[in-house]
Amino acid sequence: MAEPLLRIENLCKSFGAVIACRDLSLEVAEGEVHALIGPNGAGKTTLLNQIAGDLAPDSGRIYFNGQEITHLPLHRRAHLGLARSYQITSVFPNLSVAENLQLAIQAHQGHSFRFWRRGLSDPQLCAELELSLERVGLIKRADDLAGNLSHGEKKQLEVGMALACKPKLLLLDEPMAGMGPGGTVEMHKLILQLKRQMTVLLVEHDMDAIFALADRITVLIYGEVAASGTVDEIRNNPIVRQAYLGEEDEPC
Amino acid sequence: MLLVIEQLLNGLQLGVTLFLMSAGLTLIFGIMRVINLAHGSFYMIGAYVAATVAARSGSFLLGLLVALPAAALVGMLVEIVVLRRLYKKDHVDQVLATFGLIMFFNELTRVVWGRQPLFMDVPSWLSGSVELIPGIPYPSYRIAVIGVGLLVAVFLYLMFTRTRIGMQIRAGASNRSMAGALGINIKLLYTLVFGLGTMLAGLAGVMAGPILAVEAGMGESILILTFVVIVIGGIGSVRGAFIGALLVGMIDTLGRAFLPAFFRLFLATAHADGVAASVASMSIYILMAIILVWRPKGLLPAHT
Amino acid sequence: MFQFDRQKICLSIGALLLVLLPLLASLAGEPYLVSLFSRILIYALAAASLDLILGYGGLVSLGHAAFFGIGAYVVGILSFHDFEESALIAWPFLIPGSDSALVAWPAAIFIAALLAVFVGALSLRTSGMHFIMITLAFAQMLYFFFVALEGYGGDDGLSLFSRNTLPALDLGDDTQFYYVCLTLLFAFLYLSARLVKSPFGMVIRGCRENEKRMQSLGFPTFRYKLLCFVIAGAAAGLAGALNANQVEYVSPGLMHWTRSGIILIMVILGGSGTLYGPVLGAAAFLLLEEVLSIYTEHWMLYFGPALILVVLFARHGLYGVLVGKEKRHG
Repeated sequence: MAEPLLRIENLCKSFGAVIACRDLSLEVAEGEVHALIGPNGAGKTTLLNQIAGDLAPDSGRIYFNGQEITHLPLHRRAHLGLARSYQITSVFPNLSVAENLQLAIQAHQGHSFRFWRRGLSDPQLCAELELSLERVGLIKRADDLAGNLSHGEKKQLEVGMALACKPKLLLLDEPMAGMGPGGTVEMHKLILQLKRQMTVLLVEHDMDAIFALADRITVLIYGEVAASGTVDEIRNNPIVRQAYLGEEDEPC
Repeated sequence: MLLVIEQLLNGLQLGVTLFLMSAGLTLIFGIMRVINLAHGSFYMIGAYVAATVAARSGSFLLGLLVALPAAALVGMLVEIVVLRRLYKKDHVDQVLATFGLIMFFNELTRVVWGRQPLFMDVPSWLSGSVELIPGIPYPSYRIAVIGVGLLVAVFLYLMFTRTRIGMQIRAGASNRSMAGALGINIKLLYTLVFGLGTMLAGLAGVMAGPILAVEAGMGESILILTFVVIVIGGIGSVRGAFIGALLVGMIDTLGRAFLPAFFRLFLATAHADGVAASVASMSIYILMAIILVWRPKGLLPAHT
Repeated sequence: MFQFDRQKICLSIGALLLVLLPLLASLAGEPYLVSLFSRILIYALAAASLDLILGYGGLVSLGHAAFFGIGAYVVGILSFHDFEESALIAWPFLIPGSDSALVAWPAAIFIAALLAVFVGALSLRTSGMHFIMITLAFAQMLYFFFVALEGYGGDDGLSLFSRNTLPALDLGDDTQFYYVCLTLLFAFLYLSARLVKSPFGMVIRGCRENEKRMQSLGFPTFRYKLLCFVIAGAAAGLAGALNANQVEYVSPGLMHWTRSGIILIMVILGGSGTLYGPVLGAAAFLLLEEVLSIYTEHWMLYFGPALILVVLFARHGLYGVLVGKEKRHG
C-alpha cells in the first residue's frame, strides 16, 4: 500500500484530567474524503487542532506527505499543503470579502514582503481572486466587510480561504453546522467538487452529508478510534450503531 | 560582609514594598483583564494622606489608620465610576483612560498640597536601630517595613487558601466565566478586589513616605517596577508577584551597591562608576528580558 | 462616492494650510506660530509612525518614546563630539562626531531601527497586556540608562551647539526648518499610505484581526510584525532627530513613559488606523496644551477627565468626525 498522505501514530493529548486523545492512530490516503464522526466531546476538533498545529500533542507523531510535522509551527504546515477551516468561523471581520481571499492567495504565493504596489495590481493574484470569489459564490459581496456577511456566507468564505491556499489536505471542521438548508446544499456541492482535486478530512454531524460525501469514515469515542472503514462497513458496524448512530434518532 | 547583609536587607525592604504594589495589581490584571496604569496613584494618595494626618496629629499610626481606608475608598470609587466601564473595552482604551486618571490625580495633589514635596518623619518609637545580627545595626523603621510586608504576604496566603472570599478571588483569576457560573456576585467581587489592591498600594505608599519624598508623580517610578514584577511573576499570580518582587528588589539593590566595585576591578574608577551606574539601572530589565525569552508568560502564570 | 471626495477635500485643505502656514503666520504677525507648528509636525511624524503598529497592526506599544528619544540622542551625541572635536568611537576604527544632517539623521534612523529590532524581538513574543507592560518597561530602561550616562549630561541632558547643517539650506532659519519637517512628514505619510495597501500592509492588518488565522493560512506572522515595528521605530527615530534640532537640546525626559503616553493620546485623539488622523491628533493636543496652559497652570486637572470621557463616549477620533466615516482608512 502506498504511503498515506496523513499518518498519525499514537497521539495523546489531555487537558488536566480530561483526555482528548488516547493513543490515537489514523491514516488518511491521498485523494479520499475521510470523515471523522463521534459524539460531542469525542476529541474531533482537538485532533484537527493537533494536525493543523493549533495545539501541540503530549506525545505521538504526525506525518504528512512522508515528512514528520509533529513539532512544525502552524505556518510551516500551511506551506507544506495543509489548510483548515474553523468550527467557529474565523474570517477577518474588518476586512472585505475580497481582502480576506486576497490574504489567503498571498499566503500561497510565498512571502508578502512587498511594500509598494497594491496587491491587486498583480495580474496573477487578480485572476485567482476572481476564481476564488466565483467558487464560493460571493462575487456580489466582494467589497462588503466580512463581518457583515450572514453565518452561511461566512462559512463559505472560510472554506474559500482554505481552498485559495491550494492545499493537498483540507481539514474542514463542521462546515455545515448552523447553516440553513440552502447553505447546506451549496456546501455539499462545493465539497463534491473538491472530491477529485484534493484530500479532505471532514468533521461533520450531518450524517446524510457524510454518507453521501465520504469515502472512508473514522469513528472517535472518548478520544479513541472506535471503528474505521468504508461507508458501508461503518453503517453496519454494531459498535458504531450502538454507541453513536443510535443517538441519531434523537431530535437535534 | 557587613555591607552585604545590610544591602540584602535593603533589597528585602524594596522587595516587600514592590510586593504590596504588585499583589493587588496582578489580581486586578488577572481577574478583570484590565490594564490599570493608575495603580501608582493610590500609592501616592496613601503617602499624602498619611503624611498630612501624621503632621497634624503627630501620630504616625493615626496617619496609617486613616490612609489605608482612604486609599481603599478612593480605589473603589474609581472602580465604580471609571474602571467598571472599561472592562469590556480594548486595551488601548484602558491605557488612555487610566493615563487620564494619573494626570488627574497628579495634578490634584499639586493643587491641594502644592509643588513642594512633603517630608514624613519616622515615628520616634521606630527611629533607632536594632542589631538583628550582633555588630550590624539596622534602622528599626526599615525592619518594621520588612515585617509588615511579610505579614501581609502571610495574611494574603491565608486568605487565598483558607477563606471563602479568597477562593472566589482565585477562581475569578483563573477562570472568569467559571466564577460567574458558581454564582459569585462578580460586580461586587471586582469592586472589593480593586479596593483591596488599592489599599495595599496605599500601605506601600505610607511605608515609603518616611524613606522617600512624598510628591506628585511618585507613584509612577514604582509603577514601572511593579510592571516588571508582574511580567516576571506572571499575570494574576500572587505567588509569582512575591517571587518577582523579591527578585527585582534584590537585584536592583545589590546591583547598585556592588556593580561599581565589580567594574573597578578592570576599569579606571571614573569610568567604572559610570558604566556600573548604567548597568545597574538596567539590571532588572535585563532580568525581565531573560525571563521573557525563557518563559514568555512569566514564572508562575495563573492562566494557562 | 461623496465621502471619498470629502476625504480628499479635507486632506487637500489640510495640506494647503500646512504649506501656507509660514506665510499666514507672518501675515498675522505671529512668527512664533512657525516654531509651534514645526513641533506639531515633528510629533505628527512620531504619532503617525505609532499608528502603523497601533492602528494597523493592533499592537499597543507604550514605549514609542524610546525610539523618539534615541533618535534625538544620536543627533545630540554626534553634535557633542563634533563640537568637542573628540572621537565618538576611537577603536577599532575612528568615528568622529558630525553636525551634518546627512550623517546624523540617517544615523538616528538606523540606531532607532536597531533598537526596535531588539525591543520588538523580545516584546512581540507576547501580546495583549504583556506587550503593553514590556514595551513600557524597555522604554523606561533606556530612560534610566541615559539618566545614568553622566558622560552625556545624565539627568540634565545635552545642549546642542547649533542645529545640524544641510547643503544649500539653513536649518537655523525657522521657516526653512519648518519646510524640511513638512517635506519629511509628507514623504512618510505617502510611503505609509502605499505601505498599508501593499501585500505587506494586508498581512499586518490581518494580524490585527486574527493572528492565529494568519498563521494557519501560512504566514510566519512574527517576521511581519517585527518588520512593521522596526519601520515604525525608525520613523520615530527621525522624528526624534528633528526634535533635537528644533529645541537644540536633548534629555532623558524625551524617553519618559509619559511621552509615550502622550504620543498614544495623539493617535487615538486623531483616530487610529487612519494615518492622517494622528497628524490631526498631534495638532489638537499641542494646540490645546498651548491654549489651556495660558488659562491655568493645572490644565492636566481638566485634560485627564476629558480624556476619560473621550475614551468612554467618543471613540472615532477627530479624523472620523471630519471625514465623516467610521470605517478605517485603506
